[in-house]
Amino acid sequence: MPTTDAEAPPGEPRRKGAVVQGFENLWKLFTDSVSDVGGVATLGAQVFRWAARPPYRLANFFSQLDFVGVGSTLIVCLTGTFTGMVFAHQSARAFELFNAQSMVGPTVALTVTRELAPVFTALMVTMRACSAMCTELGTMRVTEQVDALETMAVNPIQYLLVPRVLAGLIMVPVLTLVFDLCGLLGGYFVSVVVKNVSAGTFIARTQQWLDPEDIMEGLIKGAVFGLTIALIACYKGYHASGGAKGVGQATTQAMVQSALGIFILDYFVGVALH
Amino acid sequence: MEQTERTGRAERRPMIEVRGLYKRFGEHEVLKGIDLAVEEGSTVVILGGSGSGKTVMMKHMIGLLKPDRGQVLVEGEDIVPLEPAELELVRRKFGMVFQAAALFDSMTVFENVSFPLREHTRMNEGQMREIVRQKLDIVGLREIEEKYPAELSGGMRKRVGLARAIVMDPKIVLYDEPTTGLDPITTEYVDDMILEAKAKLGVTSVVISHDVASSFKVADKIAFLSGGLIVEQGPPSRLRNATHPALKQFLHSWFEKNE
Repeated sequence: MPTTDAEAPPGEPRRKGAVVQGFENLWKLFTDSVSDVGGVATLGAQVFRWAARPPYRLANFFSQLDFVGVGSTLIVCLTGTFTGMVFAHQSARAFELFNAQSMVGPTVALTVTRELAPVFTALMVTMRACSAMCTELGTMRVTEQVDALETMAVNPIQYLLVPRVLAGLIMVPVLTLVFDLCGLLGGYFVSVVVKNVSAGTFIARTQQWLDPEDIMEGLIKGAVFGLTIALIACYKGYHASGGAKGVGQATTQAMVQSALGIFILDYFVGVALH
Repeated sequence: MEQTERTGRAERRPMIEVRGLYKRFGEHEVLKGIDLAVEEGSTVVILGGSGSGKTVMMKHMIGLLKPDRGQVLVEGEDIVPLEPAELELVRRKFGMVFQAAALFDSMTVFENVSFPLREHTRMNEGQMREIVRQKLDIVGLREIEEKYPAELSGGMRKRVGLARAIVMDPKIVLYDEPTTGLDPITTEYVDDMILEAKAKLGVTSVVISHDVASSFKVADKIAFLSGGLIVEQGPPSRLRNATHPALKQFLHSWFEKNE
């Protein structure tokens, strides 16, 4: 039978009750989260301070643009196309009940541009690029490559982090646009070819309902998400410790926090923009 | 006038001077008032067991860590209060060889060794190739410029690490556990490499190690670190007959294990 605090024999350490342990775990989770948010914000300020100072490392910057942006194009195209297709398919089924298939185009267009494109793009970039970023930086940290940079009088934030964070900030909105285009094409294909909605109706109704502000909302969200996920990946990787296991844990934490951050920020940015 | 054992020359000015250094991580006080002088052109080995604070002490010397109290003087300048940009200027006086070499995995040997030249000079590719070849010659490596670190043995990686450390002709070279994990032949080779770097380049060297044989071979002075303090320091001949119980026990266990 487990020993409780009251029954603990003298001289033996007391076991904590499950409730106390639960509260302690919750408190630790809260303080760790606050500490991480503070750490990411501080790192963000340092990154922008170092980004403004010469030397400007254009080769590293273009290499990261290529890795985050060009490297993610295919996966974002595929995700966008199938998201648009499935959304058109489901919308068409629902609108058929009211004989309002003409609204499929606007529904797909508004949902994709405002919400789905920035959120899904950021999630795909998190999985493909930010996980690699975090692992690479973490490995460099635990194998002392980051220390080596410092001893060679090269600032690691400027050399390693600035190009990655700027690439996230710039390329996620660009990829969001790619997602928009693919999503609309996928939606068009299913509506017009599969569900027999008239092409003219699809295009005319979409033009009527979709404003440039809707696309801009998605791009702003994309920029916020891109900055956030790149900063989280860099923060977790840069502060990794404890060998291969520590790098694995840092990457897992970065992925979970990035995904949560995207959904939480999606709400607040959406509210702020309206 | 005091003479150094190996060189027999009169004592020179300190290149690095550590005064009353204290460092604590959370509850754990790692350094408890370290005083050490590293004379110009000499090789000082900081000897101690695992977790004795050797690496922490070395990181203070190059400004990677800030002490809670105390001073670190490099050529007479206290580097503790310096801002990051000022510290970068001080770090150009140093080269550092890391325990596992810390070569950049994504770069070839040439790119690794030429990295400091690319960052801090305006040399063209040809000039850099020439200097990299010279430095690789010094550490006994040839025809490996286009290889990646993953294609090299542990000993070769360490030598490439030394070539990178000396490529800017630093005044001071720091070695972090240079012989850890190496076989006896490679260990001897690394020891010779440290002695050669000193003889050919005249650099001041600080080596942290727990390898007693290597320490006695390369050192002009050995400082024994135990419990956060330097409990004994002096030329190797004097430390062989040391009376401090921690050092006696350390030497005794090492010789017992390796005989």
